[in-house]
Amino acid sequence: MSPSDFFYRNREIAGFSNPSRAIYAAVRELLENSLDACEAQKALPEIFLRITEVTASESGSSIYIMRISDNGTGLPPEEIPNCFGKVFYGSKYTLKQARGTFGLGGTITILYGQITTHKPVTITSSTGGEIHEYEMMIDIQNNRPMILRHRVMENKKKWRGTVVELQMEGDYSRIKSRLLDYLKETAIVNPYADLTFVDPAGRLYRYERGTEKMPPLPQAVKPHPHGIDVENFRRLVSITKEKGMKAFMMEHFQGVGQKTADNFLKAAGISRRAKPKSLKPEDIVTLVRTARQFSDFKRPDPSCLSPIGEELLETGIRKELNLTESDFLKVVTRKPSTYLGFPFIVEAAVATGSSISKQYKSGTTIIRYANRIPLLFDESSGVVWKVVNKNINWSTYKVYSDTPLVIVVHVCSTKIPYKTVGKEYMADQPEVEKEITNAIRTAARTLRVYISRSQRAARERRRLNIFEKFLPKIAEFSTKLSDKEDPPDIAPLLSAVSTAIPDVEEKIKEVPTIVGDAA
Amino acid sequence: MSETPHKESEKQREITEASLKQLGNLIYEQIQNREFPWVMMQSRSTDNIIYDSELRQYILGSRTIRRHARNIRHIRPFTQMVWTAWFARELVSMRKTSTLREVYYSARGQRDIEFSGQPESDNIITDLEVALNRPREDFGIFPEERSAIFGDLTIEYTVPGYEGRRMNLTDHPDGVMVGPAVTSSEFVETSADKVLVIEKGAMFNRLIEEKAHERFNSILVHTAGQSPRSTRKIIRRLNQQWGLPIYIFTDGDPWGIHIAMVIISGSANAAHLRDLATPEAKWIGVWGTDIVDYKLPTENLTENDSKRLGELKTDPRYTDEIWQREIDVFMKIGKKAELEAFSRYGLTYIVDEYLPAKLESV
Repeated sequence: MSPSDFFYRNREIAGFSNPSRAIYAAVRELLENSLDACEAQKALPEIFLRITEVTASESGSSIYIMRISDNGTGLPPEEIPNCFGKVFYGSKYTLKQARGTFGLGGTITILYGQITTHKPVTITSSTGGEIHEYEMMIDIQNNRPMILRHRVMENKKKWRGTVVELQMEGDYSRIKSRLLDYLKETAIVNPYADLTFVDPAGRLYRYERGTEKMPPLPQAVKPHPHGIDVENFRRLVSITKEKGMKAFMMEHFQGVGQKTADNFLKAAGISRRAKPKSLKPEDIVTLVRTARQFSDFKRPDPSCLSPIGEELLETGIRKELNLTESDFLKVVTRKPSTYLGFPFIVEAAVATGSSISKQYKSGTTIIRYANRIPLLFDESSGVVWKVVNKNINWSTYKVYSDTPLVIVVHVCSTKIPYKTVGKEYMADQPEVEKEITNAIRTAARTLRVYISRSQRAARERRRLNIFEKFLPKIAEFSTKLSDKEDPPDIAPLLSAVSTAIPDVEEKIKEVPTIVGDAA
Repeated sequence: MSETPHKESEKQREITEASLKQLGNLIYEQIQNREFPWVMMQSRSTDNIIYDSELRQYILGSRTIRRHARNIRHIRPFTQMVWTAWFARELVSMRKTSTLREVYYSARGQRDIEFSGQPESDNIITDLEVALNRPREDFGIFPEERSAIFGDLTIEYTVPGYEGRRMNLTDHPDGVMVGPAVTSSEFVETSADKVLVIEKGAMFNRLIEEKAHERFNSILVHTAGQSPRSTRKIIRRLNQQWGLPIYIFTDGDPWGIHIAMVIISGSANAAHLRDLATPEAKWIGVWGTDIVDYKLPTENLTENDSKRLGELKTDPRYTDEIWQREIDVFMKIGKKAELEAFSRYGLTYIVDEYLPAKLESV
């Protein structure tokens, strides 16, 4: 069975489980592909997405044309057919944080479009030179592209990027609100991207860029011995050019120096000089097991991770949740941590204020991300829900069930601890759970200060109102009572009371952890 | 003789007005000096109400409080007190009077000053009494009229339009209402040699009808339950001015007992005021022993009655032997009797038999 065939038969694994989810999955695959393509060349993403209804078919689903264009790297013309027309085996020997949920790019989407409509896909791309346009289909059984048409065009405007247009069956109306949530949440986490969406009814949705800064690109790093499995070890052995096990360990793994390699091999009972190629399968199992328990490796290198960063995340949240200066937002990026040999970083944000209560139902709203991908489904099964609802005692932070609160959590890692193949929510892996808890708690501590200060400010304002109400009356009647002509001046008394108020507001601004204006 | 009382009350009126104006001045000056205005007054909390066994009445202790406009909880009552002082001054300077209820209604429509109910306005008026150390009657503020007086007593009015006019209190056979006019009048002369104070209107009328004022040569006072302060003050004046003995005649139950005691020793509520109590007054019945001796028709003491008797038993005002004895009798027999119980022996029995015997014994 070819990989294409495998995915054809198991498309629900990739999220194409029903017509409405198919729309969502397709947008997600294509949009994330585009974002990756832009970031790869450090271009500020400008992405245009359009879904057009072609014909209505029975059972509520229709045929749609989906078109997405980006200003990314573009593809070399000779690679276009294979990139979109063939499912690759994974062949990564280094690790870095990547967006794609399944590493399949848009191929699975094209595959789905083809099997539901039997229409070809059109791919137009340029790396800056000529523009190449391919019309093609996938030969599923043989896992190869079938080019129906190839056109080369002039590129006077030096356009760079990729356009994918395909047809697919789906049900837009039932996924509409989720899709809009998805786009909004994507805009939050990619504040440097400019997204435009035109829906089947012709409505235009704009998600404008909030900053021109982009986070640094993640670097590729060698795998950490704690996180290696037997299959990956075997693959490393098959491609290595090293002749001895010591050199092999130092070359292919991070955090392994001369001494560590010696000690490790000793612990595993494998000779330093043993040839990697002649390792028996049971030797590999021994090495992998020993590696898991061996404690002298350096901590995994987090430079392969790309957190969004406090400043960018703040920008994204502020612009998409329409926060004003009087609303509260605190963003925390934790230091890197590891679980089972995989580095990860947790970022969390907590927002409250009148703008939040206008947009969301009262109480807590959770927004989750894994490697910058919004997670929209199965919220109550995931670790974030558990942390927010079980681990944290919110009354400590003066948050009660009706407090309007938005909690954002982003986990980035070379391996997200998804709980199921559907990759919709994260498992309560202890180290990850702990870091998420700590991140939210850190943000919530500042929130507590904000809430108690704003309560105090409100109290002071109420106090002033009371003085403003009664002092004139005291002045009026004491004047009448004492047969005086003019009432005494109460302004000095009122200003004595009101000085308390700017004070409090000043103090709120002084809270160092609240960044004033990120833009 | 006729000029003197008038001048005296006029002088009191001027002093009262001056003290109200002084309060206004004080507050005005404080604001002018960029100070949140405040007023010092004796605390009226229960722990500052002390029984003075020498004066034989409740008095306020030495603890004072400062009602301060800087305090968010004080500023509203403070403002209300200033308004009330102004209102009182208007009354005094225009020689008008007002009832407690009218004060409450007069503040209606005064935004932010409005009282939430009459208890609140009554309380503010008491504050003003404490702050200025004067009874509200001086400010022209009286309770609703309900008690009455009858007998050979000539009074001279001081109220506007009646200044110098005299009246004998036997002129009106229903008795004369104790209102601001009677309260502020001067007592000119009397032939009576005692005062009979009666709790209930029916018995008061019976005594007038049976000419008890003549037969016992007495002035009759009807308290209508717990006697208002103005009535207590009149009782005291009759006692102080002419040395008339006072005899109090109430229902034979804990509530009647206490009506008598408040006339004699005053109430905790008026601990800030003097010259209301009449320590020389005597309670002559209905006693527990009367119930036994006269075989009066009775009702059983309720649970509430018994509880109240227990409270009176330990009250510092009830230490004298007669009170302790009668309370014990009530508790022992578990019965109580109303004044009207004597009607069992005929309508005139009380005047013909009981009162003469009682007055004889004391």
